[in-house]
Amino acid sequence: MIVFELAAASIRMSAPLLYASLGELLGEKAGVVNISLEGAMLVSAFAGTVATLACGNLWLGLAASVAAGMLFLAAFAALTVALACDQILVGTAMNLVAFGLTGLLYRERFGASGAALTLPIFPPVRVPLLADLPFVGPLLFEHNLLVYGAFLLVPAVHLALHATWPGLALRAAGEKPETLEAAGYSVRRVRAAALLAQGALAGVAGAYLALAHAGTFVEGLTAGRGFIALAIVVSGRWTAIGVLGVSGTSVAAQFHLQASDLGVPYQFVRMVPYILTLVVLAQVSRARSAAPAALGR
Amino acid sequence: MRGAPLSGRLRAAFVDVAVVVAGLALLVAACGHSPREAFSSLLGGAFGSIGSIVISLLKTGPLLWTGLGVTLAFRAGVWNIGAEGQFYAGALGAAATALALPPGPFAALTALAAGALAGALWGFLPAALKVRWGVSEVLGTIMLNFVALELVSWAVHGPLQESSRFYPQSERIAESSQLAPLLEGGRLHWGIPLALLAAAALHVFLTYTSAGFRLRAAGFNPRAARLAGIAPETSWLLALCVGGGLAGAGGASELLGVTHRLYERFSAGYGYTAIAVALLGGLEPAAVVLAALFFGALEAGSGTMQRVAGIPSVLVTLLQGAILVLLVARRSSSDVAAARRAL
Repeated sequence: MIVFELAAASIRMSAPLLYASLGELLGEKAGVVNISLEGAMLVSAFAGTVATLACGNLWLGLAASVAAGMLFLAAFAALTVALACDQILVGTAMNLVAFGLTGLLYRERFGASGAALTLPIFPPVRVPLLADLPFVGPLLFEHNLLVYGAFLLVPAVHLALHATWPGLALRAAGEKPETLEAAGYSVRRVRAAALLAQGALAGVAGAYLALAHAGTFVEGLTAGRGFIALAIVVSGRWTAIGVLGVSGTSVAAQFHLQASDLGVPYQFVRMVPYILTLVVLAQVSRARSAAPAALGR
Repeated sequence: MRGAPLSGRLRAAFVDVAVVVAGLALLVAACGHSPREAFSSLLGGAFGSIGSIVISLLKTGPLLWTGLGVTLAFRAGVWNIGAEGQFYAGALGAAATALALPPGPFAALTALAAGALAGALWGFLPAALKVRWGVSEVLGTIMLNFVALELVSWAVHGPLQESSRFYPQSERIAESSQLAPLLEGGRLHWGIPLALLAAAALHVFLTYTSAGFRLRAAGFNPRAARLAGIAPETSWLLALCVGGGLAGAGGASELLGVTHRLYERFSAGYGYTAIAVALLGGLEPAAVVLAALFFGALEAGSGTMQRVAGIPSVLVTLLQGAILVLLVARRSSSDVAAARRAL
């Protein structure tokens, strides 16, 4: 049964990575790299924590997280899209701001020692009938609502990108911005909209970590997951389905290697997504087939 | 921003810092503290006594090494976000070397060189990925930051862990293998003047050598450089390797001169602050020294501010981020202005 538990845990731990990497995917497809996704998640997690404690309601906490994520990305978009500042430098700066701001406010509000906060967490919801299936039921259909949302978001993002007009405009902004301008659209508006959507998703990812996973907030709660999401987007070759495949397998592989005593130090297991990213990049960069052509410009 | 007269750039930097300080004073006041007390304790903690000046200088060291590494890469037009990883690689290389060799000054020098080499290797990897396979150095350096962190974590839990196996940290570096103090019994060590020497060398290299000229040309306009017969790839490789070596030497200097042990979270984010240091210094080595001193003094003063005024020291990270945001915004507006002038 331990394998079973691990599989269910992998599914739960994929959810925040899915939200974050699908958000990053939307931005990168529109031509903007955001390396401050980590900061956006951290700020949202903190906002969700404060709101949940203040209102005693998880859904209001989630709403606050989403609002904070969108606000953070609005600032990022103002700098990178409206003022055309360098995306990488803005991302670096915004990460510093996020770490500093959440650290400062956390210590101001909850004290320097950071007495362990206890937050309510989203409870598991059994899907009627399906949860009664043997094996599959407890594995797939006894999670909190945000987990279901994450997995439903994958086809939703895929369809939105490939079967709708706004999705086409978004991809054009990342592939051939001049063409989009010539067709009468504003590249800036399309990119800003994509980044705001990314902010909402980063907000859910941050909320998940505080309100569905940890049940608490600590400084640096996100622990590099924003950067892993960046890696997942590349390894998944800039597609929603690829993102699902990579985040699922990498989380599952980590759980599996940690559980099976193969003698591989866990630090090496944790390096896998980063090294995988470099390998995939080295393969795709030659043809530049998978990456949006105007990414970063 | 580059190319404007130095006095203008200095004024711009001062304006940025002043704006940020004013903004933070408001934030501090909003949190119910006295901004006056905050800044006076910050200043006192940074420069108030000989002891605090020493701490400011000690905090300047790693920021200067990494800031110089970032400066060199940015001048060549490569976005080196990997100073943090190179700093860790340098510390790891130095620790492994210093602990393996018989104690003595030879071990100290070899360990410092090994740290610089390890950092250079950590710069070479993303450079090779960029030049050979066209992998963006931004992603390459970021990913390698995390690989270096995990390597250090493994080392201090495994092969380099202290023999008592109590804490995840290395054995203490023998006193004779440490970087010697400048003054008998003092805390300032030879790594600090060495960093200043590196800044001077970098200035000479960039300004007076043909390799430095080619590197600047590659950074200014790689296509024009290529048309003029200068392959930018050579400069990118050089800038990332030597820049990585500088950051690695910083990690080694911090290990051999200050902490004397390797452990997880060895760097207080120096490699990321380095980007703010390099840009605040306008990518000019002499000004980068001043910028490193400024941020080093902030780090040193923040501890006192926390003790005296009760304001969390992490305020300094916010300050660094806010200054960087302003610098980046200004850079782009001056780039836009330059493009308009060129039309």
